[in-house]
Amino acid sequence: MYKIILPTRYLVKRRITYFAVIAVCLCVFIVLVVMTVMAGLVDEFKQKNHQFAGDCVVGTKSLVGFAYYEDLLEMLERADFIEGVSPVIKGYALLRQRGLEGNARVEIMGIDPIRHGRTTGFGETLDDHRDDVSRVFEPAYDPNLPGCVLGADLKLDLDTRRGYTYRTGPDQIAYSIICLPLTAKGALAQAGTDMVETKTFYYSDNSRTGLPRVDGSLVYLPFEQAQQLCTAGSVKRVNAIHIKFKPQVGLEEGCAKVASLWESFKQKQSGGEQAYLLETVTVQSWKGYRRESIAPMEQEQTVMSVMFGFVAITTVFIVMVVFYMIISHKSKDIGILKSVGVSNFGIIELFSGFAFLVGLTGSSLGLLSGWVFLVEINRIEKWLFERFGFQLWDRTIYAIGDIPNRVELKVVVAILLSAIVACLVGALVPSWQAARQRPAAILQVNQL
Amino acid sequence: MSKDDFILAAEELHKSYRMGSTQVKVLKGVDLAIKKGEFVAIVGASGSGKSTLLHILGALDRPNKGVVTFEKRDLSRFSSGELNKFRNKTIGFVFQFYHLLDELSVLENVYLPAMTGRSVIGWFACRKWAKNRARELLAQLGLAERARHKPYQLSGGERQRVAIGRALMNEPTLLLADEPTGNLDSAAGNGILEVLERLNRAGQTVVMVTHDERIAQRAGRIVTLVDGRIEHRHTK
Repeated sequence: MYKIILPTRYLVKRRITYFAVIAVCLCVFIVLVVMTVMAGLVDEFKQKNHQFAGDCVVGTKSLVGFAYYEDLLEMLERADFIEGVSPVIKGYALLRQRGLEGNARVEIMGIDPIRHGRTTGFGETLDDHRDDVSRVFEPAYDPNLPGCVLGADLKLDLDTRRGYTYRTGPDQIAYSIICLPLTAKGALAQAGTDMVETKTFYYSDNSRTGLPRVDGSLVYLPFEQAQQLCTAGSVKRVNAIHIKFKPQVGLEEGCAKVASLWESFKQKQSGGEQAYLLETVTVQSWKGYRRESIAPMEQEQTVMSVMFGFVAITTVFIVMVVFYMIISHKSKDIGILKSVGVSNFGIIELFSGFAFLVGLTGSSLGLLSGWVFLVEINRIEKWLFERFGFQLWDRTIYAIGDIPNRVELKVVVAILLSAIVACLVGALVPSWQAARQRPAAILQVNQL
Repeated sequence: MSKDDFILAAEELHKSYRMGSTQVKVLKGVDLAIKKGEFVAIVGASGSGKSTLLHILGALDRPNKGVVTFEKRDLSRFSSGELNKFRNKTIGFVFQFYHLLDELSVLENVYLPAMTGRSVIGWFACRKWAKNRARELLAQLGLAERARHKPYQLSGGERQRVAIGRALMNEPTLLLADEPTGNLDSAAGNGILEVLERLNRAGQTVVMVTHDERIAQRAGRIVTLVDGRIEHRHTK
């Protein structure tokens, strides 16, 4: 019972223990806040990438694309684990806004809006056509004109150049899109053939994926027109097929099934004139497909985790120093306890109990204050911005809305346990050293 | 008196300490035997080794050479668990500087040995008895009103009485007192000696270390320690 009573009294009555509690509290506070915000940002970023790509992508990095995709689409649509498929044309183009000098280099993406909306989160990224994706390429001012959807940041950039800021309503803006169609061999299509290299589109909507590279350079075009702009030749080609699995299908399981379908499709098409194009095609999950975007973010998260590993080591060190101080103050108590028959293990247990209480109290306070801070973080940031013009992230640069502040229970539990373990580790060496002291040596008058 | 009459016996005890580069020999072959119910005073000048001897007798320290037997059992053959039990149940220690735990109340300090000798469950089973016993001891020592006080709220004499109460908590066979009056004025010291005498009259075996011959006179037997050896034995 003394192992409960004494640690509790040490905690409450010894001011020096407040330093240990505060050290643990601060470390836990920082770790909780940074991990929540960082993990929130990474999760949000991954979510946006997932929404952009769908679950799985059968595609090639080659701008030439691959042929016979209609057969593959049919095959995929028949599969019972697939909910939606969307063929996509990709290419690079020059975009010129009518009335403006100069061109902007953009990526174009030709899509069937209904299929793409069913397969990816495309519909949710739109400003004006969230409820009816099918009409996304119909400009509000004239539905008969060919429409285009601009990445929100691209639109902002063009508007700023034109002299007015973010769009205030549907504007009749015409854009010329200049493309270099490629043959199946990857060569530029010959002039004078049936190639189309320039087309005019009218602004019909914005897309906000929240992915800076996408929103800053992507223009969505109707599928057939993009195909005309990017590919030349009699056999139609696409660059990718985005796939959405049915809800009960796991990502890896679904991708493996698609890969198997792809292999049988490739076998079937092996005799075709453009079968060689199929060799560059891969089947990837959305994570693999967007790896180039996600990997740096994950790397950043790893670096942060390592940094907070150092914070944990610092906590252990602080706790160890404080415990050395506490135990050196308590050597008389150790001598007294040993003189009444407390074992070495009992002394270790006593100070471990004390460390446990320090860890529990410090981390509880840290978690509570961290949680309160996170709940209010957006309000605090708003207040700082209104008052001092300070923003944690410049929203004109970073595609971040509110600062993520959802506290995960598993993170809370992990931090709590880590803090307690850190305290126990920090207290272990001083406790062990204290336990080894001879009671006679401690209680000798000249040692007091 | 036959050897069998003694509950505690020390034979040829040697103890030395290292102080810097020199080895200081504190005990140089001490023989001592304590009979049940005796009140023995160990007298000697400062540095003569009396406290060291008392610590060895109470298993708070180990001799470099020699044997200490308690009820014919060699203490050096005790396991660490047995030694802890021996310190908890068989020996009651009273120190010159009281050595009470500041975080505990007077009552808690007294029943501390009952707490440390038991598991949490064991403690819950006997806590009523322990608290009553501690209150009883405090009443006997004239501290009934001070049970809820903290040690720093008491006078030196009162603290030493609390320390005696703690030492008696588990009804030890042997009470070892290291200069119990050394830090007290003569009135308070006298009160402590009266308590020890009263306990001895009730059958408690007491071994007391003191440097004061007059205080030693209150014991039934006086052993004089000079330069690490027993020089003189005197029985009243």
